[in-house]
Parts: sequence; C-alpha cells; structure tokens
Amino acid sequence: MTPKSEEELAQMIVGANGPLRIEGGGTRPIGRSSGDVLHTSAMRGISLYEPGALTIVAGAGTPIAEVEKELAAENQRLAFEPMDHRALLGTKGEPTLGGMAAANVSGPRRISVGACRDFMLGVRFVDGQGNIIKNGGRVMKNVTGYDLVKLLTGSYGTLGVLTEVSLKVLPNVETIGTVMLHGLSDAQAIGAMSSALGSPFEATGVAHFPKGRSGDALTMVRIEGFETSVTYRAGKLRDLLTPFGDAEIQVGATDGPGSANAWTEVRDVTAIAGQSGDVWRISAKPSDAAGLVAKMDATSVQYDWGGGLIWALVDQGRDLRAALGEFDGHATLIRGTADVPTFHPEPAALAAITTGLRAKFDPRGILNSGIMR
Amino acid sequence: MEMPAPDASVLSRKAQIVDRLSEVLPRDAVIWDERETRAYECDALTAYKCPPLCAVLPANTKEVSDVLRICHELGVPVVPRGSGTSLAGGALPTADCVILGVAKMNDVIETNYEDRYIRVQTGRTNLSVTGAVETNGFFYAPDPSSQLACAIAGNIAMNSGGAHCLKYGVTTNNLMGVTLVLMDGTVVEIGGAHLDAGGLDILGVICGSEGQLGVVTEATLRILHKPEGARPVLMGYDSSEVAGQVVTDIIKAGILPVAIEFMDRPCIEATEAFAKAGYPMCEALLIVEVEGSEAEIDAQLKLIMEIAARHDPVELREAKDADEAGRIWLGRKSAFGAMGQINDYMCLDGTIPVSSLPFVLKRIGEMSKEFGLDVGNVFHAGDGNMHPLILFDANKPGDLELCEEFGAEILKLCVEVGGCLTGEHGVGIEKRDLMGVQYDPADLEAQMAIKDIFDPDWLLNAAKVFPLDTSRARRAA
Repeated sequence: MTPKSEEELAQMIVGANGPLRIEGGGTRPIGRSSGDVLHTSAMRGISLYEPGALTIVAGAGTPIAEVEKELAAENQRLAFEPMDHRALLGTKGEPTLGGMAAANVSGPRRISVGACRDFMLGVRFVDGQGNIIKNGGRVMKNVTGYDLVKLLTGSYGTLGVLTEVSLKVLPNVETIGTVMLHGLSDAQAIGAMSSALGSPFEATGVAHFPKGRSGDALTMVRIEGFETSVTYRAGKLRDLLTPFGDAEIQVGATDGPGSANAWTEVRDVTAIAGQSGDVWRISAKPSDAAGLVAKMDATSVQYDWGGGLIWALVDQGRDLRAALGEFDGHATLIRGTADVPTFHPEPAALAAITTGLRAKFDPRGILNSGIMR
Repeated sequence: MEMPAPDASVLSRKAQIVDRLSEVLPRDAVIWDERETRAYECDALTAYKCPPLCAVLPANTKEVSDVLRICHELGVPVVPRGSGTSLAGGALPTADCVILGVAKMNDVIETNYEDRYIRVQTGRTNLSVTGAVETNGFFYAPDPSSQLACAIAGNIAMNSGGAHCLKYGVTTNNLMGVTLVLMDGTVVEIGGAHLDAGGLDILGVICGSEGQLGVVTEATLRILHKPEGARPVLMGYDSSEVAGQVVTDIIKAGILPVAIEFMDRPCIEATEAFAKAGYPMCEALLIVEVEGSEAEIDAQLKLIMEIAARHDPVELREAKDADEAGRIWLGRKSAFGAMGQINDYMCLDGTIPVSSLPFVLKRIGEMSKEFGLDVGNVFHAGDGNMHPLILFDANKPGDLELCEEFGAEILKLCVEVGGCLTGEHGVGIEKRDLMGVQYDPADLEAQMAIKDIFDPDWLLNAAKVFPLDTSRARRAA
C-alpha cells in the first residue's frame, strides 16, 4: 500500500484487517514487526523552506538527501546530523524524513546542538483509528498545547503514521577542525572528553575508539565555525587536554582522521558495519561508560557523545542487558539475533503510561505492532 | 473568562480534607484559613483571582505523593503552583481546589560537572540553578525574564524560553529527567543523567503539559560551561521591514547570534522615558549579541556590522566595554517595566514566521487604532516570538475586556500567518478559549487523550489549556 494523501492513508488504516508495517525508505529495520507494508514514499516533497526563518516543511516520504541538497544550496543543514543506517544494517533504499523522525535519528553533533527531537517543530500524522492529527507547527517557539511532536518523534510508528514533518535547520559551517589524542585508555578518554565538553570551546563532536584504524586508541574532538575561530579553539582545547597527552590538530582537512569524512564514519558507525555479530546502542551517563564497556566483553566498541553513547559489537545471541545490570540509561538492540526485547524494558510505572498511550492512539494495535517491545 | 463552578460537595468537606492532609504534612504546611489562602488567589495574570479551598506546601516527593493520593481518593481537584509567575493564569485556583505549592522544595540534590548536569527539587528558582554552578563556570541556559523568581517546576510546566534560546534552546531542550508524581500518588522516574528516551519520549510530552499530567518534584537539568565572553550591538532602522531583512541576512550569512531582540517605536519611546538607555528614536531597534573570545566576537561583529551597514541604519552602536554592553541591554530589560509605568498592560507571546514580521506589525498598528488601545512590541526576532504589550486601564470599566478582545485578534493573526498562540508563556486560562483557532477538534482530542492516561479523573489543573466546552464531558465524568 502506498497512499498518496493523508485521506487515502486514513482510509487504508481504517480498512486494515491486520497489522501494518510502516516503511519510509526501508533503511532502518530496527525491531520486529510484520504485516502488510505501508509505504510512505508517495507523500513526499518540500512544501515550504524559509532559509531566513531556519525552517523547512516536507512530506514524510521525502528523501533526506533531497532535503539536504536543498538546504546546502542555501548554506544550511540538518544540524543534528542524522545517521545513515545503511552500512551498519546492510540495507538499501533512500532514508526518508519520516523514518528519521520516527526513529529519532541523530549523529555526533547531538551532544552539542540536540537530537532530532530537539529540531522537530511540527508533525502531521494519522493515528491507528484513521484520525488525521497535527501538532506543533513551523515556528521555533511553540508551547501551544501538549507537545505531541516529541512524543511522535522516536515512537517508531507505533502511535501513528507520520505524513509531514517540519524542522528547524541551522547555518552550515565554514570550517571543521579536529583535535586528536592517541593511546588513551577508555577511562582516560572519558576524562579527556568530559574536559572538552565542560569547556567554553564548544566541541560539536566528541568520540573515542579504543581501537582506531591504526590499531591504537583514538580520541577525537570536533570544533566547527569560521576558520580563525576553529584554529583558536583547537589550540585552546589542545592546551586544556595537555594532562591527557600531546594532541594533534587538523583544521580544514579534506581527508584522514580529522576530516569531515572521518566524522561521517563516526556518525554511521562504519567501524563495526562490516563485521558480524549483534550491534547494541547504549545511552549512558558518560562517567559510567568505561565501566559499562568493561562488563560487555565486546568485539568492538565506539564511544560517541563524550561517552554518553556507546556502540558495541558483541557475539550473536547474547543478552547484553544481563551483563550490564542496572544503570542510568538504556540499551537498544539495533541489529541482531538475541532473543530479547529490542528496546530497553521500562520500570512498571512508566511502562503503564506507554502502554496506555499506545492503546489510546492505536487501540487495535495494528501500527508497527510489537516493534517497540 | 469563565471558570467552572466549584464542586459543592468538595466545598462542604473542607474540614475533612484539611484534616486528612494534616495527617501527612507538618502543621505549617497546610494553609486553610481564608486570610492566608488569599495569598494563593492568583499568579502573575492578576486580572483573575480566586482563593483556593486550601494550599499545601510539601517538602519532598513522598509528601507530594501523599497529598495527591489523598486528593485523588477524596475527589478533590489540585492546582500545582511553582512560584506563581505565570502570565497565562496557569496557577489560577478554583474555589474547590487544593493548591500544591513546591516553594519549600528548593534543594540541590546533585551537581555533576563531569557529566554536565544538576539535579534539583523543582521549587528552586531558575536563576538559583545557575547560582549553584556558576562558581565552577557553568550555567543553566533557559533564561525567562522572570528568572529571579520563577521556579523550575513552572518552567517545566510551561516549557519556558528566554532571550537566549536561539542558540541554547528552551526548557525541553535542556531537561534530561524528572521525578513525576501522578494524581493517584504513583511516583514515576523518567529519563536521568543520560540522553534521549529508551522508549516513547514521555519526558517530551510532560514538558509543557502545564501541570495537567502530574507534579514534577525533581529534575535533572543540563548545564553548560559559560562562553568566554559576550557582546551586544545595537542597530536602529527607519522601518520594521528593513530591520526584518537585517535579521534574515544575518541568519543567512551563517552567523548564529545567541540573541536577536527587536523593539518598535512605542516601546523605544516608553523605555527611553523610563530607563534613559540612550536609544535612538526610530521605527525599529535591534540588539544582536554574539559569544566567544574577544577575537571571535570581533570577527563575528565585523560581519554583522557589515550587513547592518548595508541597510542604511539610523544608528549602529557596538559596545566597547561592559558598561556600554549593560546600557544596550538596559532598555530592553526595562521594557516591560517602562510600559507598566504608562498603564496596566497585557503581554502576549504569539510566535510568527520571521518573514511575516513587517506585515504583522503593520496589522497590529492598524488594530491598535481600531481598538483605541496603545501597543508596544518587543520581540525575540531570531525565533519569531513576539511580545506585544497592550496598554489598558484596569480601573476603567470594559477596558480589560476590550484589551482581551484586541489580544485575541493579534493571536488569531499570528496563527493566520503560520505561527502559534503562545511561544513560551503557555496557554493557561489566557489562551484557552482560542485553542480552536490553532487546532481542529481531532488535534485537541489527541491531546486530551494523553491527559486521560495520566489523570483519568481530570483532577489536575483541569480547567486550563482546553476550552471548557471541549473538556466538559471529561471534567464532569
């Protein structure tokens, strides 16, 4: 099924006799769901773009690439840097705005500017009973009524099928610089990354590889802006990080470990993309991160967000949550064979709320049913 | 402004309700004497007043849970209250309600600079959150104008913004976790010292829910290191169109200032008479502030001044030192007080797409003549959040109603051009009856369905946000 309009989509949902599996570009098959496939691809196109107001509105089926191209022409971008899951998940197809929003997909810059959900200004969607609903709008500040925009973002299609999203965009940057430290232990790296993030120098990406490409540990801190500013801040960060070692600086590199491409690889977790095993994504308190990784017995690990995000490749079929025990955060099985819930089980009081909300918006339980369990 | 008639059965049980609440709270935390409950009769929307049945001041999550459990059991409505600075009537009581004030809950529970967060009880004021971390060079970013007095609880309820949210975001972008007490007393932990939700983003819907889903007793807030420095520039123009174009050009040039503030002529005149900040008399004044090291600020301001100069300014003034920076901000920060010197005023906060600014200002000017009420405009121009201040005389019969009618027309205009009713103050009772202008019945039904899950009996702050006709069946059930 490929509805061309909200009305058509509403009719299809009302007429559905069984579960529906909602698909944008089909590049992020996270979680298990079955049923007739409902494609959002026909509800596409940019309906409004005002560079001076930093806002863009487009159909859920619009390819992200199309949006990014349009933004680049005005020297703007999606600042939360949405990850492209294709390499990691071995999928083809075109990532769409709807899929990005439904999975709240962000990248390394999340640590400084916020997640996809923080840039979402408005949604239109059709719920499980065929109601066409809008929330938020296309202005940057809006507290009119409840914020269903946040609720729908990251709801993986379980509350409704997104038909349109509006987003805040930001200016592109002139220059990228990267400050790099080599050979740090995980615990040292967390310390260095926290120092960088706790400084006034506005790191916009802070990642650590226990085994970088060269085989040694690599810690990366990104700074963005006008060239003179990037050079200045990179120097300041190098001074600040002296206790952790002699930092190397690259400003405006077109290739290599400090370049924009290297950050795209951080974003897309390409370091573990080609390897077999289960892939887990763990959101944690940065100061807990090294301790959590020590419990994982992982084949490969990548830290992002200054340690707040851990990507782990582990043996197939393992319940990583059992190894981690209780911690401040959550673990999601992004790719894998483990017979465990994809999403982190919630405490009873919170689970009662989410179950209640699902039942309200999709009483028949037909939208991506089972995907978030 | 209509409020629902109080429940006579609740009023008649006042003694029993006070007794039950006194069983779980210290004596001085239950306020029931009519001379004392009067202190809670309104918030900063002072045009509307109604003393509550009683007020309680719990000291921790356990006491909040006990209070809510008892009120739930006895079927008593509850209105949560932060510091009572709401401009929208978010904390306005009904005669049959218990006001649950969080003022006693103002402790810092934990500060963590390594992971960059602070955990506080939500009665703590916005500014004192920054106060708790600034000796270490950190700050809490959202900065509503009332930050000296307003509580984090209210900031979360209204998803408050401030002048610097163009760069740092509003409350929801800086809130990591909460302890939420539901109307039946259940305590729910949501989020924490980590980022983003592991399941549905419940935190996202709690922030901005105007105290209708639960009472937030503790919050984990993101803190940031202060920038090395900040400096404002002031620009005056002879038309709001041109000033609007300057804002657009700055943003399109790839510069993201921390603040872009706009004032129109009536506001400049009032401010000058009051604060004597030395502003130029012109149609539109912009204050643009950037952050960074001295050299970085110089570089950014050079670009900004070049853009500003291209548009034939009446005046361009760069702060040379802290004193001059202070004077540039002085007028803007005194604007509300200055308007208040002239007369009573109502402050709106509709948001519009920045591109509609000249049209909306022109229409507001025309409407001002039609209604015979003066209006001044202060505006967070970077993000489109307007603050029209309508002057009226509270002692003149009919003037408040006329002012409200004018205000409603301005907000309808905001929605018409693609904006919204409220950018940072919240709906409360003030914009409650206009919700139908922005949202269809299905949109409102979806929002009310959320309250059904958190507060099935509609006991929490139930007469707010949704038009009374729309919520009647639920409130009466």
